[in-house]
Amino acid sequence: MGGIPHDHYEPNSKGEKWLHSRLPIVGLMYDTLMIPTPKNLNWMWIWGIVLVFTLVLQIITGIVLVMHYVPHVDMAFNSVEHIMRNVNGGHMIRYFHMNGASLFFVAVYAHIFRSLYYGSYKSPREVTWIVGMLMYVLMMGTAFMGYVLPWGQMSFHGTAVITGLFGAIPFIGESVQIWLLGTPNGSIAQPALNRFFSLHYLLPFILLGLTIVHVWAFHTTGNNNPTGVEVRRTSKEDAAKDTLPFWPYFVIKDLFALAVILAVFVAVVGFMPNYLGHPDNYIPANPLVTPSHIVPEWYFLPFYAILRAFDQDVWLVIAVNWITFGIIDAKFFGVVAMFGAIVVMALAPWLDTSTVRSGRYRPMFKWWFWLFAVNFMLLMWVGARPAEGIYPYIALIGSTYWFAYFLVILPLLGVIEKPNTPPATIEEDFNAHYAPKADGAKPVASPAE
Amino acid sequence: MFRKFTLTAAAALALTAGQAIAAEVETEITDYDFSFEGPFGSYDQMQLQRGLQVYTEICAGCHGLEIVNFRNLSDDGGPGLPEDQMRAYAEFYEVFDETLFDGEGDFRPATPADFFPGSSLSNAPDLSLMAKARAGFHGPYGTGISQFVNGMGGAEYIASLMTGYHEEPECALEGEPMDGFYNVAFAAGGFPESCIDEKGKHMVPGSWIAMSQPLWGDDVEYADGHSAELEDVAQDVAAFLMWTAEPKLVARKEAGLTGVLFLTVLSVLLYLTNKRLWAPHKHKD
Repeated sequence: MGGIPHDHYEPNSKGEKWLHSRLPIVGLMYDTLMIPTPKNLNWMWIWGIVLVFTLVLQIITGIVLVMHYVPHVDMAFNSVEHIMRNVNGGHMIRYFHMNGASLFFVAVYAHIFRSLYYGSYKSPREVTWIVGMLMYVLMMGTAFMGYVLPWGQMSFHGTAVITGLFGAIPFIGESVQIWLLGTPNGSIAQPALNRFFSLHYLLPFILLGLTIVHVWAFHTTGNNNPTGVEVRRTSKEDAAKDTLPFWPYFVIKDLFALAVILAVFVAVVGFMPNYLGHPDNYIPANPLVTPSHIVPEWYFLPFYAILRAFDQDVWLVIAVNWITFGIIDAKFFGVVAMFGAIVVMALAPWLDTSTVRSGRYRPMFKWWFWLFAVNFMLLMWVGARPAEGIYPYIALIGSTYWFAYFLVILPLLGVIEKPNTPPATIEEDFNAHYAPKADGAKPVASPAE
Repeated sequence: MFRKFTLTAAAALALTAGQAIAAEVETEITDYDFSFEGPFGSYDQMQLQRGLQVYTEICAGCHGLEIVNFRNLSDDGGPGLPEDQMRAYAEFYEVFDETLFDGEGDFRPATPADFFPGSSLSNAPDLSLMAKARAGFHGPYGTGISQFVNGMGGAEYIASLMTGYHEEPECALEGEPMDGFYNVAFAAGGFPESCIDEKGKHMVPGSWIAMSQPLWGDDVEYADGHSAELEDVAQDVAAFLMWTAEPKLVARKEAGLTGVLFLTVLSVLLYLTNKRLWAPHKHKD
């Protein structure tokens, strides 16, 4: 696998040869584990391992939870409490699963922002990026449906808000919403809980499959790295100067980072498991009482802010409403903006026109990128505020910048920016950090050779 | 890049979590110190027993604890009643058993395996999870740092509610008489028009709650001779309800501490392994 020349698995013993000629599974595992990896990867390249670990953690804890959980509107809430009180270790398993969702999103946002900064999405890694975006959307769907399962107040009324988004689609919205909820009058009841439970169990396994596709894709193109310079593929020897095998060098490095992150994660689970949650979800669902503020989990807040930013007072919304003869109202506009925010991000490989991949060598891009990162945090913050006073204006400015970053800034920067020159090779970048000793060791390879 | 990102991420997390409670209705929540706050806090067994007494003699008249078993009263990390006391306590309640009297059902004394009864008053909520279904002190200055360090503070809310009954404010006397009782810690109740100014802001904190003041001080006589002033009984029953909501709190924190210590040691070992592994390639050996 992969375009980087390296040593492949050679079956030695008779038994190995027998298996290899029938199923080259050992060779596949060997080549995957020994893949040449750019040796200058920094600490932002550890999030992939964290994500794989978290997915497995969520699946294992989830399978155990399902052994005790009852997907019934009258019993779901108490079955979760049964897990918390009577199942051996149940409170830890449930809190791990609940906070595991937050760990998942911390890691995925770090992973995505790393790609955005170092241009990992750019050619030839567009497929890796697109598959990744698909996984991100699936993660959000899975997380949302998981939040419904305890059937607390936020579960119930959050479902009303989210399925209501589909209800905003012109003409067919109401039918879609009824179809999603599975009740003739569009009420949120047993059918909704059952199907969310079913999908919440299914989607993680699709995510697992897509993880393999994601890894396959970037093992084909090779990893990106902080310089954005490709590994030399001219010969095995040249490639070896730029890379080290994934095992053991990056496995141990990644495991170290994972252990540090898990120490923080276990502290959150052990000492403050409800900090990232909402107290209202410890109240059993009650259709007759609506919580004073329906707030999604923190990882949805930036998109929740974009959803609410485009209200009927925004001139763009008014204009679109007028042009479409009222078919696209403010609510539907918000829904389109929210999903559109992810769509424009997914299109980044084609919107970014710069010839230089890594943000490290793009003096203007850097500023716009960090503004984008800060803006993301700002949207997260404003998403939790009530939609009144100055907050809608902040949300509107933040949402506008989100779209401007992808649709205007990335295309324009490639034209107007004068990028710096990246190093010629990964080896050069690595040796600039870790200088070879003067005695005997060959100095930095000069590009003139 | 890594450092900058984690800093901003941490800042955003601290700012967003638990923001929803910062609603229009101002409430007065006291930042009580409870023994179970913070990473190393645990329940005060004597306080839980006193809280059980307050619950039994006063709250249980209307409210229930329908997901708590009597046997839990003897569990580790809880009130820790001796088993014979717990059995005797359970027998003090009567439960309806469908299997008795040839399938017609009959009342019998409760056993350790039974649940506490539910609420007997239809508009009195069950209290089992109340301490987790409410958030407490969100300070200082609305930053939420207290919740980050001490926990969400549902017990603070309950104690503040118990001590939050006040004389009706002047503005309320001008309009229609209100149903219920004025409480500075309660957010979800009725509010008189006459106490809302031209800008729509509430002129006084809290709202009107249907429950009349349940605790006044010296409502119970504690066997351990502890003071039973209003502040004490309020905190005792709040601590007890924190336990009913989170009975595994002590076990959880112990597991968390073990996990953190284990992972810290593992991190150090992996760090050293990694350093040594890379040393020849980083030209450091």
